Amino acid sequence: MVITTKNLNLWYGAFHALKNINSGIEANRITAIIGPSGCGKSTLLRVFNRMNDLIEGVRIDGEVLINDINILDSRTDLVGLRKKVGMVFQRPNPFPLSVYENIVFGPKVHNLANKYELDEIVEHGLRSVLLWDELKDKLKKPALGLSLEQKQRLCIARLIAVKSDILLMDEPCSTLDPQATQRIEELMRELKNNYTIIIVTHNMQQAARVSDEAGFMLLGELIEFGQTQQIFTTPKDKRTEDYITGRYG
Amino acid sequence: MSNSKTSQKIAFFFLFLATLLIIVPVGLIIVIIIQKGLPAINWQFLSDIPRQGMRAGGIFPAIIGTIYLVTGAIIFALPIGLLAAIYLSEYSKDNLLTRIIKLAIVNLAGVPSVVYGLFGLALFVVFCKFGASIISGSLTLGIMILPVIITTSREALESVPHSFREVSLSLGASKWQTIRNIVLPNAIPGILTGTILGLGRAAGETAPILFTVAAFYLPRLPHSILDQAMALPYHLYVISTQVPNVDEKIRYGTALVLLALVLIMNLVAIIIRYKFRKKKKW
Repeated sequence: MVITTKNLNLWYGAFHALKNINSGIEANRITAIIGPSGCGKSTLLRVFNRMNDLIEGVRIDGEVLINDINILDSRTDLVGLRKKVGMVFQRPNPFPLSVYENIVFGPKVHNLANKYELDEIVEHGLRSVLLWDELKDKLKKPALGLSLEQKQRLCIARLIAVKSDILLMDEPCSTLDPQATQRIEELMRELKNNYTIIIVTHNMQQAARVSDEAGFMLLGELIEFGQTQQIFTTPKDKRTEDYITGRYG
Repeated sequence: MSNSKTSQKIAFFFLFLATLLIIVPVGLIIVIIIQKGLPAINWQFLSDIPRQGMRAGGIFPAIIGTIYLVTGAIIFALPIGLLAAIYLSEYSKDNLLTRIIKLAIVNLAGVPSVVYGLFGLALFVVFCKFGASIISGSLTLGIMILPVIITTSREALESVPHSFREVSLSLGASKWQTIRNIVLPNAIPGILTGTILGLGRAAGETAPILFTVAAFYLPRLPHSILDQAMALPYHLYVISTQVPNVDEKIRYGTALVLLALVLIMNLVAIIIRYKFRKKKKW
């Protein structure tokens, strides 16, 4: 198990947003978290890199072990954690810098490389997300001028450059058209050989297509967690079945 | 039906008239000052010292004095104002101290400029023993423009999208690295605009420099920052009210130079803002 949660509870002020989450996420798999809006799936995702810390009034208890270290511990090195656990956001959000500067931002901040190594990092990052051929002559162009799909790929390349091993994806395709979505999904399958991917999605077809394991959340609870195929064909819980067959959500 | 249309037309007419009236004083000021002042402007007027008890010669020491004062004010106010703005927009939590600081800034902006002059006299001239000097005047003007710089810098920092900060933090950058590498570069045009507006205000004020630096008549350039200096607004006051028989041309010429200085600064601020708006894509 790369990530294990034990009796994880989270409150926003008085609102109990995550209730007793117990799960285990394995390395080099794609794990999908599905559920209706407001069920806590993005909140759960943001626990894994402690991005919830930015919100005032959040209280968490329980344990989240990443490589056997409890990251909820107050002594956790957040810089190290966030380097290892990278996040792809719903809206592609490159910095208003050039393509090149976007990718080297992380390595520069962490002093990972000298100038020559930076060029290699950029090439490796762009190759990993299959953008190198499109952008190798446009490295100095502003990243905000790229297409949405290219921007999202660039955001993934930015994580590859800081050598993350876990990629958290918060509805990474929700702003993309179906063709672009399909290509990003192919990329995810490619990337899982080297990375552990957790994807939060509204789109059940996407979860079914791309993930190896899936968890269904409802009102802050993790109702069911298991092999994607099993969840989608023979769900154990009535509520999962109702959601998957489209009876609510 | 036709009744409501008529009243709408009447309302529209008065609203438009009121708006139109705004142009009148601005236009008149500019036209009159240019008309009366332009004949005085020549190279000698801009580069010579005042002669014959300020009734002839030029205003060069006053121009230089104003430039020194404005520069000094900005050297003092920009770093402090910017650092305070960064603290307030990025770090401060909503607590008693923050509210007191914000209240202080609002009040600082509301203090009449002559009060700054008295304050500068008490603190810098007398207490710090700088005497009436460029440094006293600069510090006084600096305090006066601090609220402008803090407020506009804060707005500029806060207008940088939250998502940029979030991504930067999620990549493992510290809060300070995020501010330095992502937030500040994107806020610079806004900060610059505010700074220049502050400069324009500092250049035009008379009261704060009255007791702290301004020399009635000093037909030479200042030697050091502990020296007194002439300044355009005070010089204008002096030749308009204190010295008899000064040619109208010289008075309006001085006013024109001061007005041009301030308007040019505002224009630069507008250009920076315009360019930035065109470039910005989020």
